[in-house]
Amino acid sequence: MMDQKTIIQTTQLTMVYGMGEISVAALDGVSIQIQTGEFVAIMGPSGSGKSTLMNILGCLSKPTSGSYILDGEDVSELSKVELAAIRNQKLGYVFQSYNLLARTSALSNVMLPLLYDRQKQPDRETREIQAKAVLEAVGLEDRMLHQPHELSGGQQQRVAIARALVNDPVLILADEPTGNLDSKSGEEIMDLLHVLHDQGRTIVMVTHDPEIARHTERAIHLQDGRVETVIENGRTGRIIRTGGGDHEAA
Amino acid sequence: MKPLEFLRVAWESISRNKLRSLLTMLGIIIGVASVIIMIAISSGTEATIEEQITGLGSNLVFVTANFTRAGFGFGGPQGGRSSGLVFDDAFAIAEEISGVKAVVVEQPSSENVKFENITLSGVSILGTTSDFPSVRDMEIDQGRYFNQIEIDRKQKVAVLGSSLAAELFGESNSIGQTVTVDTTKLVVIGVLQEKGLVGDVDFDSRLYTPITVVFQKFTPSQFARFRGDRVRVIYVEIEELDRINDTILQIELLLAKRHDVSLEEADFNLTTQQAIIATQEATTAAFRSLLAWVAGVSLIVGGIGIMNIMLVSVTERTREIGVRQSVGATPADIRWQFLTEALLLSLAGGVIGVIAGAGGSWLFGEIGGMRTVIVPTSILLAFASAVIVGVFFGFYPANKASQLDPIEALRYE
Repeated sequence: MMDQKTIIQTTQLTMVYGMGEISVAALDGVSIQIQTGEFVAIMGPSGSGKSTLMNILGCLSKPTSGSYILDGEDVSELSKVELAAIRNQKLGYVFQSYNLLARTSALSNVMLPLLYDRQKQPDRETREIQAKAVLEAVGLEDRMLHQPHELSGGQQQRVAIARALVNDPVLILADEPTGNLDSKSGEEIMDLLHVLHDQGRTIVMVTHDPEIARHTERAIHLQDGRVETVIENGRTGRIIRTGGGDHEAA
Repeated sequence: MKPLEFLRVAWESISRNKLRSLLTMLGIIIGVASVIIMIAISSGTEATIEEQITGLGSNLVFVTANFTRAGFGFGGPQGGRSSGLVFDDAFAIAEEISGVKAVVVEQPSSENVKFENITLSGVSILGTTSDFPSVRDMEIDQGRYFNQIEIDRKQKVAVLGSSLAAELFGESNSIGQTVTVDTTKLVVIGVLQEKGLVGDVDFDSRLYTPITVVFQKFTPSQFARFRGDRVRVIYVEIEELDRINDTILQIELLLAKRHDVSLEEADFNLTTQQAIIATQEATTAAFRSLLAWVAGVSLIVGGIGIMNIMLVSVTERTREIGVRQSVGATPADIRWQFLTEALLLSLAGGVIGVIAGAGGSWLFGEIGGMRTVIVPTSILLAFASAVIVGVFFGFYPANKASQLDPIEALRYE
């Protein structure tokens, strides 16, 4: 956190859907910069392009034009296979609807990213140890063998967060992480994200809820595919409690 | 990902969806089982035919009357012409044709046979000549066959087939006993060894007697003897198989001359054992290729079944594919996952199909009364084609899954 290394640098990102006269520009020249250790919200009404931006930042799609440098590497021209490797090595996702594999234990769900790790190719035992460690870190040590339908929404989202952490990513992308949760569970998830942030994780979160966005240090507002305003919230220093353990904010 | 991991992932996915997996395998199970059963049935039929062919005797030429040409009249439009084969034709063949080893005639009848208080009705009576056992590969069990002298003297003797002897006399000795055939008393001089069914003819349930006795006592009506004693079949055993066509031509020319007909409108037919074998082999070959086609089609249908359910499965699991892609699965990873699933399903289906096929073949044999022979190579063939079909038809859905766009896949409801 001491060095303010740039983790995300986009230059004039555009994303055009369709062709010719019926084409629609979902992104129209977005240039943003996010530093290591930042907690940033991307906001905007529906159709503003925030999901499109999120997909590009998450290496799930490629921009029509412009460049995207992630962790010092230009990823805007990479192939599908190379993008899959980037997602596997550098990124962690938290989705609104959790996106856990049904009829699969929490542990197996969390182990999933390690299954596709071509660099380290950890064996099953290693994968299990790592997955158990992150499940403990999100306070689910006694729910490891439960299947998603046996878990509450908040617990499912915590499994999803554990899955996002298991590969030790440089960037966590959260897409409306509290969107499907009641306010109490939502609060717990936000507390957990704060803990991660305080541990030095870089988090980019898409939300339309200003209450949720207030938790972040910076909110980037999009409108019609362009950056409209950037609101600085400043660093929020709070003491956070999750599960049974105490986590001191830095 | 290592191959073992793919296997594990595929296995987990298959065991998570047991019913769907079973339905997917069903087509392959049926396909493999039907290949094995059909090959078992056709091999069983072939084995039966082969035994029948061996039972026919060797180097035989069959001369039969051609009734469509001969006509039934004895003074009809073709007056002066013959009406079928007569006993004298056999003598003529034996005397005038070279290279003939033996000539045997056969004339059947059906009569009641009585011994003490046992009466059997409709017993097949066969008038033959002395060479019959050697020409038709029959062995004598007890006593002897009748000889030429007994034929010439129209001696009232009988040789019994093994099952007929058992029915009339049971365990006791039949030689020297007298049986009553219709109203004629015949002395039993021999019993034949068991030969079994040859074609649809049961050699063991017949009574053999000199042909002259049949002519004299059991020929249904006297007008049949108008132009001589009729015989149904003349068997000609030839010495050298190489010269069989030459011999056939000589017999044909001789008979045509004797019957006063041209070869084109002959009132007789000559068939060789080879011709019969060839006909039966052609029939089995046709049967076998028909079965092969049916089995092949059912395997393809099984493959299409796999493809169908895999396609549904890909659609159903779109989100799962999206999740896997988002955590770093490459298109190749996804393709291998689904291909491995297809391979596992068709392997499992193949194993179950082999068991079902073996069981089904056994059942067809036991209950269906069909003769079945399970051929080991058919198991290998069915199994291999099941796997090939599974992978072939699994490829399209697997490829489709691998080409999904991660964003679309994650958004799929």
